This record gives sequence, structure tokens and C-alpha cells, in this order.
Amino acid sequence: MNPDALLGGFADAPLQSARAFRGTLEALARPGEIREVTGAMPPAPLSVAAGVLLLILCDGTTSVHLAGAYDCAALRDWITFHCGAPLMAAEDAMFAVGDWDALQPVTRFAVGQPDYPDRSATLIIEMPDLSPQGQRLTGPGIATSAQLSLPETAAFRANRTLFPLGFDAFLTCGTQVAGLPRSTIVEES
Amino acid sequence: MTDQAYNFAYLDEQTKRMIRRAILKGIAVPGYQVPFASREMPMPYGWGTGGVQVTAACLTPEDTLKVIDQGADDTTNAVSIRKFFQRTAGVAVTEATAEASIIQTRHRIPEATLTEGQILVYQVPIPEPLRFLEPRETETRKMHELEEYGLMHVKLYEDIARHGTIATAYAYPVKVEGRYVMDPSPIPKFDNPKLSNSAAIQLFGAGREQRIYALPPYTHVVSLDFDDHPFVPSKAPHDCDLCAASDSYLDEVITDDQGGRMFVCSDTDFCRTRREAGHLGPLGVPMQETV
Repeated sequence: MNPDALLGGFADAPLQSARAFRGTLEALARPGEIREVTGAMPPAPLSVAAGVLLLILCDGTTSVHLAGAYDCAALRDWITFHCGAPLMAAEDAMFAVGDWDALQPVTRFAVGQPDYPDRSATLIIEMPDLSPQGQRLTGPGIATSAQLSLPETAAFRANRTLFPLGFDAFLTCGTQVAGLPRSTIVEES
Repeated sequence: MTDQAYNFAYLDEQTKRMIRRAILKGIAVPGYQVPFASREMPMPYGWGTGGVQVTAACLTPEDTLKVIDQGADDTTNAVSIRKFFQRTAGVAVTEATAEASIIQTRHRIPEATLTEGQILVYQVPIPEPLRFLEPRETETRKMHELEEYGLMHVKLYEDIARHGTIATAYAYPVKVEGRYVMDPSPIPKFDNPKLSNSAAIQLFGAGREQRIYALPPYTHVVSLDFDDHPFVPSKAPHDCDLCAASDSYLDEVITDDQGGRMFVCSDTDFCRTRREAGHLGPLGVPMQETV
């Protein structure tokens, strides 16, 4: 193991993870809003926000899938040391990290069961940039409508038709995070 | 003063991660009860162990916490939970609804309108709205899966057949975003309209029953009813005897053994704020300048 993998975790886990979770909760509860989360310094190519999400949500009981370029030794070591999460294939993963192209096809991720819709995957989609413009969002958590720069529309529309099944997504860029739960209706603006 | 022997907000980090994952799935599927591995807490089941665990998982050091029990800040359950988090998390506490960032509640929604940035955490005894109609978990799970809620309407219909009106006065079932039927916890049905389209995040924790569910802000919540028997958010036909409010939920207080009684706001912060602003009911006493 590269000794650099030992660095970049929370210095004060209880307080930093509490603040980071609040930002994450607000982001998922209000789709379209972009929040800042900090505290992790994960190795490239993982963004700070994606690293924070892994630290506050993943542990030995959650399987993580690393997609494309994210499936590298530095990242595998970092997640193994800081989260202890087993790294799995996409079909078996509770969490998946990668850029949008590497995560394709997203239909392979768990969408939950009709009696247990919570048993679905959460995608952490790394974005080159994140801004409150682009696709139009409506649904729970949104007063009238919101906008968010999503990588595409069709996949999220298809995911919404599965409701209450479907995957949930976080979009991350640098220290920014935005949430896109399966309940959100996505339209071209 | 934080008790240093405990982790921040009492629970260990592994437990908080598990609860946080359940909360996020609850937010993603509004009204669906997410199973979680509820921990034993240093208080008995029925005293809000579910709400306490949800609050502990959401709390940050910068938060201001308010805890109410049936609307009151000064009853045993509210006082002990507030002290618990003062000791284990060192957070600021308040009785003012507008100043709180997290409000843990037992069986009421505050009268004051909640705002963005606030989180309302409910203590839930029985999260399954169908449980008293169908005791088997396997069956109620199937009913939620198939959206088979006819039994609930039969129950409300039997109310009408027996009493001439829907007699359910608290824990009145609601439908969330046209999909899941949800138990709003035993809040009076007077509070049901406040569930819908709230600016705050609403989280529900049931410790003994090991379920967490959630309503994101601006979620459409409808109380079940019939076209010819529409939902009525009822309250005692009276004004508050202390602050003269005509639009708040009232508690009836027996004052002697001669049939004497008074009606007072169940929300103590709401009532006090009104009396401080000069509103006075028939039995009210003007607020003192200093205490």
C-alpha cells in the first residue's frame, strides 16, 4: 500500500462528518441546490466532495464500485484504509463513483425491490463543472422548479419512471455537491 | 459542558453513518419507511429513542436545538432530551421556534411556520399506518408495494358508519406525493395541513420499530378522506384563555373538582410570544417585565 493512502481523511471525524452530512442532506432534500462540503483530501482523480461523501456514508457494510479511471490503485487503497468498504462490481454496489461516461450503462445499478425500494444504489457522479442552469427539475424538495447542469436527461427520465424504485445520485465537482433523488422529474429546459 | 467520555452527540460514527444512509433513502422515497438498525439509547422505548437517534445523526455543533412534548418545552420528555444533547453535544438550546435549527417534537407541529434550513424531527411510536388493521409486517409491506390502501379507507368509512363522521382525531393517515400512505405520528389532525408543502425538512424516527421516514421540503401531503366527508382539521371550539388566540391547537386543563376548566395553547412558545406582544385572554395575566 502506498503510504499516501493514509492521508486525507477527516482530522476530527465526528464534527467534520456532522457538518458534511448536513450539507449533503440539504443537497438531496432540495434538488438543484449546490452545497459545499469539505474536510477530505482524497487522491486524484477523486474530488473533495466525492471523498467526503464516501467518508460520511461508506464503511465495512457498504459495497462501493469504482468506475473507469476511478478504479486505480491510489483510490482503492484510500477507500480501503479510510472506509474499509468492499470494492464490488457495478451490479452489486450500494455506492458507485465515477464520471458519467464511465458509469454507463446506469441501468445496471441496483434500483431496489418493490417491497424494499431503499435497497438501491447511490451514484456519485463526478462532473467537470456544476451550475444551477440546464435541465429543469420539479418534484419533492422543489418549491416551483429548479435548474441543474446534468450530464444528460434521458437516463434520469427513465429512472423516474421506475419510482418508487430507481437509483439516487449526487453530482460532485471540487467541493460542490448537488443531490438528485429518484423522485425528481427532469426535463430539457 | 460536553461530557467528554461520549462521542459528539452520543452515538458512535459507524452508527451515525448507518442512520444517515437511512435518512437519505427516506428523503429519496418520501413516505416510505426505511428499516434501520436502531440502537439502545439511555432512555426507555416510547420516550423518543427514534427521534433522538435521528437528531443525533443530523446535529452539528453550530445547531440550536428545540425539543417539545405535546407542544410544551417544559415537560419531562422535552427537558430530559434537551439536557441529553446539551451534555453529549454541547449544542445551544432554545424555546423559540424561529431561533431553532433542529426541532425534535413529540406529537405536535409548532404553530409558527417553519422556514428553510430548519429540520423537524418527529418521535414516532408506531410508524406503520396499517398496523392496527393488519398486524403482519409481511402483509403490510406487500400492501405498500402494491399500493393497496383500500383497508385504510374501509377504516375511515367504518368511522362514518358508526359515528356519522371520521372520528380519527390524531395519527390521521396521509398520502405522500400520491404514492405512500404514511402515519404522521400521533399529531392531532389539526396539524396535518402543516405537513404539506413545508419549507423545512421533516424526519420521522421510530426507535423500537426500527424505521426512519422523511418528507423533503415542498412535498405534497394529502389527508385521506371522501368526497362527501372531506377532511376537517378540528380543534376545541374555543379561544386560548391565556393569549386569546383563536387559531392555535388547545389543551383542556381541569382547574378544580367543580367542573372548572380552561383552554390554553398546546404550543407554549406560541402562547408566550403572543402574551409578550400584549395579547391577553380572559384568564391571562400580563407578562412581567423581569422574572
